[in-house]
Amino acid sequence: MAVDTSTHFARTLQSQADPLNGALVRADFPVLNQEPRAGGQRLAFLDSAASSQKPQVVIDALTAYYERYNANIHRGVYELSEIATAHYEESRKRVARFINARSAGECVFVRNTTEAINLVAQSWGRANIGAGDLIVFTTMEHHSNIVPWQLLAEETGARLGHVRITPEGRLDRDHYAELLAQEPKLVAFTHVSNSLGTVNPARQMIAQAHAAGAVTVLDGAQSVPHLTVDVQDLDCDFLAFSGHKMLGPMGAGILYGKKPLLDAMPPFLGGGSMIRKVTLDRTTWADVPAKFEAGTPAVGDAITLGVAMDYLDGLGLDRVWQHEQDLVTYALDRMRDVPGLTVYGPQDATDRSGVISFALGEVHPHDVAAILDEDNVAVRAGHHCTQPLMAALYVIATTRASFYVYNDHDDVDRLVESIQRVADVFR
Amino acid sequence: MSIGGDSIYREIILEHYKNPSNKGTLDPNDFTYEDVNPLCGDEIRIDVRVKDDRVSEIKFSGRGCAVSQASASILTEMVEGKTLDEVKAIGRDELLDEIGIPVSPARMKCAMLGLKVLKAGVYGLDHANEAVDRD
Repeated sequence: MAVDTSTHFARTLQSQADPLNGALVRADFPVLNQEPRAGGQRLAFLDSAASSQKPQVVIDALTAYYERYNANIHRGVYELSEIATAHYEESRKRVARFINARSAGECVFVRNTTEAINLVAQSWGRANIGAGDLIVFTTMEHHSNIVPWQLLAEETGARLGHVRITPEGRLDRDHYAELLAQEPKLVAFTHVSNSLGTVNPARQMIAQAHAAGAVTVLDGAQSVPHLTVDVQDLDCDFLAFSGHKMLGPMGAGILYGKKPLLDAMPPFLGGGSMIRKVTLDRTTWADVPAKFEAGTPAVGDAITLGVAMDYLDGLGLDRVWQHEQDLVTYALDRMRDVPGLTVYGPQDATDRSGVISFALGEVHPHDVAAILDEDNVAVRAGHHCTQPLMAALYVIATTRASFYVYNDHDDVDRLVESIQRVADVFR
Repeated sequence: MSIGGDSIYREIILEHYKNPSNKGTLDPNDFTYEDVNPLCGDEIRIDVRVKDDRVSEIKFSGRGCAVSQASASILTEMVEGKTLDEVKAIGRDELLDEIGIPVSPARMKCAMLGLKVLKAGVYGLDHANEAVDRD
């Protein structure tokens, strides 16, 4: 039984030579093509940094899995299970190609970025971190790249060091060098800030960390969906990212780890699938990546993540990045003209992704977001799971707009017009 | 699109947000309580003076979204002169009636923060959620 999950997105088939056309791409996303609320405008979805929408091919692939070859994987000695297993392992290879891993065995399916980082903290961390060891992360991390290290430090007596940020929302590289001089065991940082859009110079920072003898964990949640991430080029030891932020379904994410590190690590969760032999007294482990995939994984989600990657490759990651650069340039330019509006983070598009956190005078971010919602403009308001960063910026919360492949200048115009309406309401 | 229809940002909210009633603190007071809404970081503190078992003076302070601050202002107007038992009897719906416009589930915690704080003060409880939620 052949199951075809190959992608076909005729509606958006564009020459790779042309810039990405957000409005054409949008036609592939059913959520964005629904009838607007009575008398209203179409949804301007500007919250992709939280979770992206899904194209029809991804929705179809997930449905196809459940309609045509749903079965638990591995050890099923019947055709359906063999097909599901083959697709699951094929998707792993797809993931490996997407991030240029040396082998599929370096890619562990997890639920999301958070689980991937916790896996490293609990498995590699407990085995390698001891009392007095230094763990370095940065002030701009998402809570998922802070709390796991705090838990590990509490358990082991390790010390924590935090890289400061500059007023423009970039990492203080001098302070980073100072912390590296203290020879940390582990350095964890985000490739792209989910609150400010800052793109950190990951390759240089990883090289510096390695020179100081540290193992590196790169949070790729906000980078892998938006720009080409090549783990061999970056030379990161671990990379964590989520499928649901890159057009894939919620439920499948990836921990990439260099094979020798993964091989040497103890298991994270114990249970089915991750064993070689179990007796009542002791157990030996399966090889990676199975060692870290205890229990029934999100098979359909994992398979469909590969389809999302096909779709993104069809658009072309370089074009995706150029598209977002165009949007963020246009948005920063237009927002500069709104009286009382403050943009946090880098003030131009250089080394900046399509994430814009802002404040409008004294108006509370929740009020801003609520009025934008009345205009069917969806943004996020709050601390964006980066409370230490908010504290460093001396704010409690911000309003955040974030762009992706299906956005265009019209979305930016809608955003700016609605922000102006907020200003009128609170005048 | 103008403000109106289902918008929560109608005059009553904006008026109380821009020109709140009973804004400030009371020192001394008979009880004071403060709490935060972790969802959006709203903060409300309420100070009360009691005379003959009635709320003789009430002030609120804090910062946060318009819905939280305006509803606290509305609440202080509602309870001035009421007995403590009457304050204990105020429910979610009574405050919503006073606000007079639909509050979405996402904003309910903002709208109810003042009432939660006041009830915690009256009951002397650390957990006033139950007192608000059961209404």
